[in-house]
Amino acid sequence: MYNASDLRKGLKLQLDGEPYIITEFQFKKPGKGQSLYRCKLKNMITGLTMDRTYRSGDTFESPDLDERTMQYLYSQENEFCFMDVENYEQTFLNEEQVGEAKNYLLDNLEVDILLFKGKAIGITLPNFVDLAVTAADPWVKGDSVAGDTKPVTVETGYELRVPPFIEEGQKITIDTRTGEYVTRVKG
Amino acid sequence: MSHESRDSLFIEEKRRLDHRKGRLMRRSRMINSIRNFFLDHDYLEVETPQLIPAPAPETHIDAIKAEGFFLHTSPELCMKRLLAAGFPRIFQITKCFRNNERGEFHLPEFTMLEWYHSGIEYRQLMEECRELILNVSEQLGSPNKIRYRGRDCGLKSDWEKISVSRAFEKYSHLSMKDSLDKGLFDVMMATEIEIHLGTSTPTFLYDYPASHAALSRLKPGNRALAERFELYAFGLELANGFSELTDAGEQRRRFEKERISRQILGNDIYPMPEKFLQILDHMPQASGIALGLDRLAMLYTDSTKIDDVVAFTPEEL
Repeated sequence: MYNASDLRKGLKLQLDGEPYIITEFQFKKPGKGQSLYRCKLKNMITGLTMDRTYRSGDTFESPDLDERTMQYLYSQENEFCFMDVENYEQTFLNEEQVGEAKNYLLDNLEVDILLFKGKAIGITLPNFVDLAVTAADPWVKGDSVAGDTKPVTVETGYELRVPPFIEEGQKITIDTRTGEYVTRVKG
Repeated sequence: MSHESRDSLFIEEKRRLDHRKGRLMRRSRMINSIRNFFLDHDYLEVETPQLIPAPAPETHIDAIKAEGFFLHTSPELCMKRLLAAGFPRIFQITKCFRNNERGEFHLPEFTMLEWYHSGIEYRQLMEECRELILNVSEQLGSPNKIRYRGRDCGLKSDWEKISVSRAFEKYSHLSMKDSLDKGLFDVMMATEIEIHLGTSTPTFLYDYPASHAALSRLKPGNRALAERFELYAFGLELANGFSELTDAGEQRRRFEKERISRQILGNDIYPMPEKFLQILDHMPQASGIALGLDRLAMLYTDSTKIDDVVAFTPEEL
């Protein structure tokens, strides 16, 4: 349980039975008046945001959230299956919940799965993943200028732009937060 | 603790205070010029105790307890006792303490300038307040305007004056009366009105509902309103002033009401400030005002956070 005076950016609350995170926060107290806590809240399941102003005396439940390290196993019919690395329990996320993360989901990748009341609601990837290039145009030396890029496809099916010297079969590191190429994996 | 982490603590602190150094220097000049203004205007600088047995019981102001005493939330009660005893013009620059107040514009320990002037009423006090800001701005080398976060507030033209009820009509989707009835006065003020105040010149917002002015005189001819005003610049509340209530019986009734509101909200109940109430009938008609110096320093140093104009915030200790 939280009081209004506990509110701050990053705090997670349960409102109407759903988990929210405070993404923006402002403390206001107009001339000798009551304390007001202006929050922008993001629904941790739907991603939708809303603005709310709370007052001193308001109380909040803390959401039953848990983050577990899980291994990605497989996907079928838009369901993605993950297994808890400690207790081997399996859990599923749908395509919408996985979102962009599916571009990087390779079998056995370890990710953090956010659980709300025991049910998976979100995924946090490692910041960097290494993936093999499965399709790329060949590199023609001298045919390009510095800063040029070309499109390639990696083993998850994700397409991105990389420097021209990257060839099919090589592994590259991708920043999962931006979706961009970082470097070629040596060896 | 290892040498490395001690060093990194110091490096971080040095960096932070380097960033604040120019601001703290300007703040010091600002406070000096304020002091000069009052001394030039025949005021006596006073210091009243910060440790007091009974803070003014105001619904939404929480005091910090200290060994059977309280840290004062403002020097108001003691300064009024001085007025009553024959000190007609007094000012004080002091730390005040308010529990549970922390934000971009709030510190639980902050610096207040408070002054009282016998024989004048709130409109004259607005003029004196304007004179002070003009004087300080001049001494700080920006006589015509204050520039804050890329916007200008002109000082030389007439300053905007708008009544609270007019501000509600102009800026809020609820009238002042409806806001009061629905218990949304403060919410409307904070979410819809304040942002419009003090944009082209500083703004005096005046004539608050009587329910929102526990220590001020009511308006002769309209007992629903109190002779209270606030000064705003860039949407930021800087000062709160009023024609002082000098009727001890009325003051006691209001304090009782505030105490009941505190009780309903589940807040601590403070002892009645008995000595203050006993001398209040002897206080001459006067007006008084409290101005937050940290916030004023924010404006003069173009700082977005109150943290930037103090040497240390509570979190940095």
